[in-house]
Amino acid sequence: MKKVFIYSSFERFWHWTQAALIVMLMLSGFEIHGSYVLWGFEKSVQLHRHLAWGLIVLWAFAIFWHFTTGNWRQYIPTTQKLAEVAIYYTKGIFEHLPHPYKLTKLRKHNPLQRLAYLFFKLIISPATWISGLLYMYFTEWTAWGLAGYLSLFWVAGIHTAAAFLMMAFFCGHVYMAFVCSPITAHIRAMITGYEEVEEDE
Amino acid sequence: MRTFFLLIVLAWMTTGTAFGAADNSGSPDLFGRIGNTSSADHHKLAILQGPFKNGPQVTKVCLTCHTESAKHVMATKHWTWNFSNKVTGQNLGKLSVLNSFCGSPHSNWTVCSDCHVGYGWKPNGIPIDARAYDFTNESNVDCLVCHDTTGEYHKSPEDGGQVFDLAEVAMSVGRTSRKTCGKCHFFGGGGDGVKHGDMDSSLYSPNRSLDVHMHAGGLNFNCTTCHTTIGHQIAGSRYTPKAKDLHGIDVPGWTDATRTSCESCHGFTPHPKHPRLNNHARRVACQTCHIPFLARGGKKTKIWWDWSTATRLNSEGKPFSEKDADGYETYTSQKGTFRWASQIVPEYFWFNGLIQYTLPGDPIANERPLKINNISGSYGDSGSRIWPFKVMQGKQAYDPVQHKLLIVHTAGDDDSALWKHFNWDKAIKAGMASVNDTSYSGKYDFVETKMYWPAAHMVAPVADALKCTECHSRNGRLANLTGFYMPGRDRFPLMDTLGWILVAIVSIGSLSHAALRIYFDVKERR
Repeated sequence: MKKVFIYSSFERFWHWTQAALIVMLMLSGFEIHGSYVLWGFEKSVQLHRHLAWGLIVLWAFAIFWHFTTGNWRQYIPTTQKLAEVAIYYTKGIFEHLPHPYKLTKLRKHNPLQRLAYLFFKLIISPATWISGLLYMYFTEWTAWGLAGYLSLFWVAGIHTAAAFLMMAFFCGHVYMAFVCSPITAHIRAMITGYEEVEEDE
Repeated sequence: MRTFFLLIVLAWMTTGTAFGAADNSGSPDLFGRIGNTSSADHHKLAILQGPFKNGPQVTKVCLTCHTESAKHVMATKHWTWNFSNKVTGQNLGKLSVLNSFCGSPHSNWTVCSDCHVGYGWKPNGIPIDARAYDFTNESNVDCLVCHDTTGEYHKSPEDGGQVFDLAEVAMSVGRTSRKTCGKCHFFGGGGDGVKHGDMDSSLYSPNRSLDVHMHAGGLNFNCTTCHTTIGHQIAGSRYTPKAKDLHGIDVPGWTDATRTSCESCHGFTPHPKHPRLNNHARRVACQTCHIPFLARGGKKTKIWWDWSTATRLNSEGKPFSEKDADGYETYTSQKGTFRWASQIVPEYFWFNGLIQYTLPGDPIANERPLKINNISGSYGDSGSRIWPFKVMQGKQAYDPVQHKLLIVHTAGDDDSALWKHFNWDKAIKAGMASVNDTSYSGKYDFVETKMYWPAAHMVAPVADALKCTECHSRNGRLANLTGFYMPGRDRFPLMDTLGWILVAIVSIGSLSHAALRIYFDVKERR
């Protein structure tokens, strides 16, 4: 085993800040949705707005980073080794077989991850952003000439749907973070930047 | 900018009517002025020294200086009891409408005329009806009922205007006050707080929590601070309420100079630190959040009046009454069955200010309860806002053959008054005759009715205003307003179910995967 530097400091900062924001956004968001009482509706609404702007600013930096560093290529989907990885997680992992995909700084996500993150970035995030901003500026619709085309029912519906997808992604993602050996390896990598990979022969 | 306008408006108000009530209190108003700011001390006018034998004599003296005042008064609803709604074309006013309390004043002048701003409804103690009343006699205008500052003045039941020291009352005239207006408006429907739910005698001297503007130890507003008057015409109307003010702050010279809307002083953005709440004000009346409950001054208001049970007599053949633990009548042989309540959660409706009445003579609709007045408004109408209402309900006499509401002669010393003789048929005949309506079929029954009273008084400060979740919750106060999506109240049942199932599948899948990993791990180690 050798340690390979995979995650730059910006990536780690981005990942953990985003994680914290999304957790808080989900907690406040589902309170606004009426699923439970936590901080109180009023506080949750205020919190949700502030956190949303925080996330938007963070994403703006992240998008800039992705394009200037070329890291956007990490999310280009591939079928290469896709089946192997899927088989590994459903079979091989139980038999302690080695992971069929080797990480490097240039290919830091396995094919399954690529697909999951691409879905996150191209579907869940934009749906959340767009519906959320429209929701936030509901009272400006008339001034912006949108009032005839939109209804809060649909905007809120899409935002809620995106939130459910986000939560499902989150649950899966958190579990997958521990699907490694030792189980804290991924977490440690996301904190230190170094992932342990098996040495090439 | 906003503060600047507010200051202008405050300054304008205080030079005029706003703090008249504090005139003689010795305490300074907001601008540090103490004492009476009026330009005339009526005690110094020889002509007012009296003695006066009756009210009209005082009025004649008033009119020697205030030469046009009677004409002004006689052009108001306070005098004519008549109002024409230009939009609906309906003739309204007390002479035309019928409410769900005492019904109509017609044939009941012995009681109802007490709140007319005129003398002469009961010459020599005998009530006359509206057809016989002289609406053109200037000396019949009752100046004192509104301008008395002594609190002594009242019209005696026998003859309008007779009190012991009329001269002292006449010399003490001043601006109207919560007391003079309240004398009638707090007691509408036959008693303290009966009618409105947002007005009762607790407003004579309210604390800040009950009414942030009228707070006796604070801003101490009069009724006319908001209900501004020009030539005795008083701004604000129950028949044509302003459901959404489009003027905003009323700057003298710029707008209509009426202040019967919150926006008249507070503008369109009254919450400087909470733009989200300002956005609410477009579709939610200020009253909706700032009048958290009806009848919150300690008095109860009547919410149910069932006339159908009236005229029951006890075993001795005498009328009787029953009261609740707080001393409020729950039954009288004269009036029927009542229900009272305080701290009532209002009912909320979209409202654009348009009200259509079911007038006496109108064929009644088939809906039950029958709407005595029907309010208009909807989510789709941008002129509508969500307003709080007291909804009065009960049962009233109607003609099941003619399908019309009936005017009942209730009060009086004659041989047909319901409250004396307990005979519906005779009372209805006399009531209908008083408006020249001969259509009464001879059959009467009782129909369940409801009447909408928009609330605009007893305005609470921020601390007592509604919190978000009063409405933004599953079964909140706006649960009955459908047709639009409201955060916290509405959900997407199918999507919510599917969403949670998805989350559950991912979670259970993950946990199962983890369990399998542990299982194979343990197995391998063995």
